[in-house]
Amino acid sequence: MNTNPDAEALYARLLRAVRDGIAGRDVSLIGIHSGGLWIAERLHRDLGLSRPLGSLSSAFHRDDYGRRGLPSEMKGTDLPFKVEGADIVLVDDILFTGRTVRAAMNELFDYGRPARIELAVLVDRGGRELPIEARYCGAVQPLAAPRNFAFSRDQQGRFSLRIE
Amino acid sequence: MPMRHPQLDEKGALRHLLTIEGLPRELIHHILDTAASFVGVSDREVKKVPLLRGKSVFNLFFENSTRTRTTFEIAAKRLSADVINLNINTSSTSKGESLLDTIDNLMAMHADMFVVRHAQSGAPYLIAQHIERRRGSAPHVNVINAGDGRHAHPTQGLLDMYTIRHFKGDFTQLTVAVVGDILHSRVARSDIHALTTLGVPEGRATGPHALLPGGLEHPGLKVYPGMRACLRGADVMITRRLQTERMRGALLPSAQEYFKHYGLTQEKLALAAPDCIVMHPGPMNRGIEIESAVADGPQSVILDQVTFGIAVRMAVMSLLGQSQA
Repeated sequence: MNTNPDAEALYARLLRAVRDGIAGRDVSLIGIHSGGLWIAERLHRDLGLSRPLGSLSSAFHRDDYGRRGLPSEMKGTDLPFKVEGADIVLVDDILFTGRTVRAAMNELFDYGRPARIELAVLVDRGGRELPIEARYCGAVQPLAAPRNFAFSRDQQGRFSLRIE
Repeated sequence: MPMRHPQLDEKGALRHLLTIEGLPRELIHHILDTAASFVGVSDREVKKVPLLRGKSVFNLFFENSTRTRTTFEIAAKRLSADVINLNINTSSTSKGESLLDTIDNLMAMHADMFVVRHAQSGAPYLIAQHIERRRGSAPHVNVINAGDGRHAHPTQGLLDMYTIRHFKGDFTQLTVAVVGDILHSRVARSDIHALTTLGVPEGRATGPHALLPGGLEHPGLKVYPGMRACLRGADVMITRRLQTERMRGALLPSAQEYFKHYGLTQEKLALAAPDCIVMHPGPMNRGIEIESAVADGPQSVILDQVTFGIAVRMAVMSLLGQSQA
């Protein structure tokens, strides 16, 4: 029986993990559209990072373009810092097959060669099809297809997760 | 049963791009939104995205145009497609091959997209119809009209709309003036259809009598006898190139005469709204359609049009590329 996870509690755990992990480093945070960016915005604020926040679209590098085409609403990549040599934490909401993260990393490399990329996610739902793992994670909660996590943010900025 | 235009599929998605006429407003905005996400690609360290990797784009130019061909070539290459340029007036057709035989041959070479420019209005339509007839028996090829006769030049029309939206935001409050050779201008036709579809409340046109086609009132354009009245209070000014290469017979007294009446000068531009933008599709004839002080002035967005043109063509190609799915 799957119950809806408490997204706020998961976020608090993720925040602690990232805070410990990046202590003493000068990292650039990048959120993947759309859910990953919401989490990255909040992490950026709660961690009081000095480097500006980046946002990233994986649309140009998706491996399912041939089958699904472009997303109906295209959001752009905006990286207001030099990617070359940067220490980067990439943020997404749900880690599943790993294909989005693969596409996001390809997008990132179009802007330069980062010194390091780490991955932070709210939920790792298992089901990986590529050799990609998160360094920071709110929770591991296996969920098989065709079921899905719907991640949302309300007007006060609070997160919620619903199993569909 | 109404006949479906071959540029849209059963679900209303773009299969070919032949004309702006009849494209729904939402689809035009969707193309412009998609283009917005491609504008930044040209500023990256790697100016390339892999959406059309492994696809072959054939530029079929039955009529010469280095500039338009180059912009399509750049757009296709930034999408990682392979680009093959064919100047057909110097090859097979001069040996007597028919247009559709040429197309069948190129389809047998596994083309994925044709970018077609032709001196005859309707040629890209004919090619698209031919491809649709072979649907099921031959792989799909998308057709983009890169200018056909006096009919349409949809990507230029779309990049003009992109430019207007970029600088003005909203179409529904604008006064847009189109000045010059409208008779020979397929771009003017594409612009007029797009402006009407996007809800521009006041479209105006002016030019020498011999270069204004009849029936401009039909899509809702106001025709002005003189340039000053046409420009008064305008938010957007679209200057048309004098297409001397398409003119048959003496339609104009002289270039000097044209400049005197219809050339855009700072003095005439002062009649327009103070933040009026000046557009020109290029190549421009300085001192005939436009004076240098205006072309190089702060209200000119002519070079922005060139930059946006690449992004708009990338958007059209990637939206068409997904229809092969």
